[in-house]
Amino acid sequence: MDAGHVPAVEVEDLTVAYTGSPVLWDLDLQVASGTRTAIVGPNGAGKSTLIKAVMGLIEPVAGAVRIFGKPGLEVRGSIAYVPQRATLEWDFPTDVLDVVTMGTYGRLGWFRRPGAPESATAEAALEQVEMSSFAHRPIAQHSGGQQQRILLARALAQDAEIYLLDEPFQGVDAPTERAIVRVLDDLATAGRTVVVVHHDLQTVAEYFNHVALLNVRIIAAGPVATTFTEDNLRLTFGGRVGVLAARAGSV
Amino acid sequence: MEIFADWTLRVVALGAGLLGAVSGFLGSFAVLRRQSLLGDALSHAALPGIALAFLITGSKATVPILIGAAMTGWVGTLVVRLIVRRSRVPYDAALGLVLSVFFGLGLVLLTVIQKRPDAAQAGLETYLFGQAAALLRADVVVMAVVATVVLLVLMLAWKEMKVLTFDRAYGESLGLPMGRLDGLVTALLVVTIVLGLQTVGVVLMSAMIVAPGAAARQWTRRLGSMVTVAAGIGVAAGVSGAVLSSIVPRLPTGPTIVLILSGVVGVSLLMAPERGLVWRRLQLGRLRRRPRQEPVLMHLHALSLQHPDDPDHGHEVSVLRTMSPADIDVEGALTALAERGLAASDRRGLWAPTELGRREAQRTLKREADR
Repeated sequence: MDAGHVPAVEVEDLTVAYTGSPVLWDLDLQVASGTRTAIVGPNGAGKSTLIKAVMGLIEPVAGAVRIFGKPGLEVRGSIAYVPQRATLEWDFPTDVLDVVTMGTYGRLGWFRRPGAPESATAEAALEQVEMSSFAHRPIAQHSGGQQQRILLARALAQDAEIYLLDEPFQGVDAPTERAIVRVLDDLATAGRTVVVVHHDLQTVAEYFNHVALLNVRIIAAGPVATTFTEDNLRLTFGGRVGVLAARAGSV
Repeated sequence: MEIFADWTLRVVALGAGLLGAVSGFLGSFAVLRRQSLLGDALSHAALPGIALAFLITGSKATVPILIGAAMTGWVGTLVVRLIVRRSRVPYDAALGLVLSVFFGLGLVLLTVIQKRPDAAQAGLETYLFGQAAALLRADVVVMAVVATVVLLVLMLAWKEMKVLTFDRAYGESLGLPMGRLDGLVTALLVVTIVLGLQTVGVVLMSAMIVAPGAAARQWTRRLGSMVTVAAGIGVAAGVSGAVLSSIVPRLPTGPTIVLILSGVVGVSLLMAPERGLVWRRLQLGRLRRRPRQEPVLMHLHALSLQHPDDPDHGHEVSVLRTMSPADIDVEGALTALAERGLAASDRRGLWAPTELGRREAQRTLKREADR
């Protein structure tokens, strides 16, 4: 890969704090272009915060984020962000297709309204997550899994180089999990870079080829085969981890 | 005399209608963003500004008083933002704090002013509940200008407003200037509330902002129609309140408008299709009759465990029926499970859980064990 030398995402000396105590502390991370990386760590490790800092949604105390070598804020829009669905107010008066079309707003620019090409893009994205038949239903009428697929389709409509997903597998049904995995496969085939905050240790090796173990600092990061070890998991999660690691090892 | 009465009514009705329209537009977004209390805090925070403007200028001229109201209203929003950012006090508590402290300060200042010997202060207290009859042509012109600006912003930045309201963080991630748009909308809200102080007053202005949006949400599925309906409700309530209070002697305009709005909200909450209480009561009855699926999936999983070498080994529906309690619709549950991709039947009509179904069943078992 020719772009292989410039990391897709490069985080350097990142420190983030909410009202005093640091959530992320002097964190360094490189995500190579075209990889599928899981960010794994205990509750409160700063996983979501890391994603938000990469997106430039929160201002770090110190440190820098570079996307393909450029400062993060300059290339906004080239990263597609899938937030945790629970953070949104789903009782909003609109239909599924309209939410997915939001993915095209960045390209459109000010004052221009989405038209037929944008709708076509959104419909294709809905097809990818197998939600086409729900296009004209109000978003309030959907299950958690379907909401997750709507948000994923919105990110796909953005047609970005990098995808950042915050806990997409959290509490979703089986068809949704399957649909998300297939989309991740498609993105990998297309050479896109995917970073996912993930909580299910049992599926890390199955769904991802890279992993970053996070607990305020990066404990270890690299290929799953060499990084996702029991020792590293214990360092990340602390004492309770024997059970988790044993379970992860058995899968 | 009759022409004069007509003229007053026309000005008041026009003013109240325009106020209703702008309130409906901006209030819709405030309701959707769970910022209903913001209007309340803003209008109450305007009261000390009214009193201070009078103390400084010594006159009751509308313009300096409204500028004073806008200034303390704006300071109120800044204080709310500061509290939320710098402390662990949540947003709604910060709004409550600002509302009561600023309103209390305003009342103290009003009391001090009223104790002064000169007569110039008489009438300042009308800002508490509004005095629509005192509206001037100039006030209505200002309202028309604000309404036009709001309408222009909505037309030009419609998709930006939509993202800001539904998912602000995502809008920022797209590089859309969410912060600036938010500031503009808040500024327009401050101006609207200040203009409404003359008509409906400090205490009731928040109802003017919240009620049209809350009622319109009940009847609509699209943001565009919600905003339009909200503005329509605002206009209708404003105009009919003004007309009603001109017909019935001693009926105050502002409270009448708010009462009409409350009636509309009440009917909407009860009667609206899909979202109204009555409709949802009916829907709940229908939901109760949907087949329960989980027990059937667990039985399928248990059966498949008996065939570890052949996980797709099929089982008769009759077996599942004998395993399940009598009140479970086994066929209905199987169909629903198949739709969810958790179970499948072969050509002979025998059922087995899919790989995903087995995983789902394991997850359920684990959840039960963890409990």
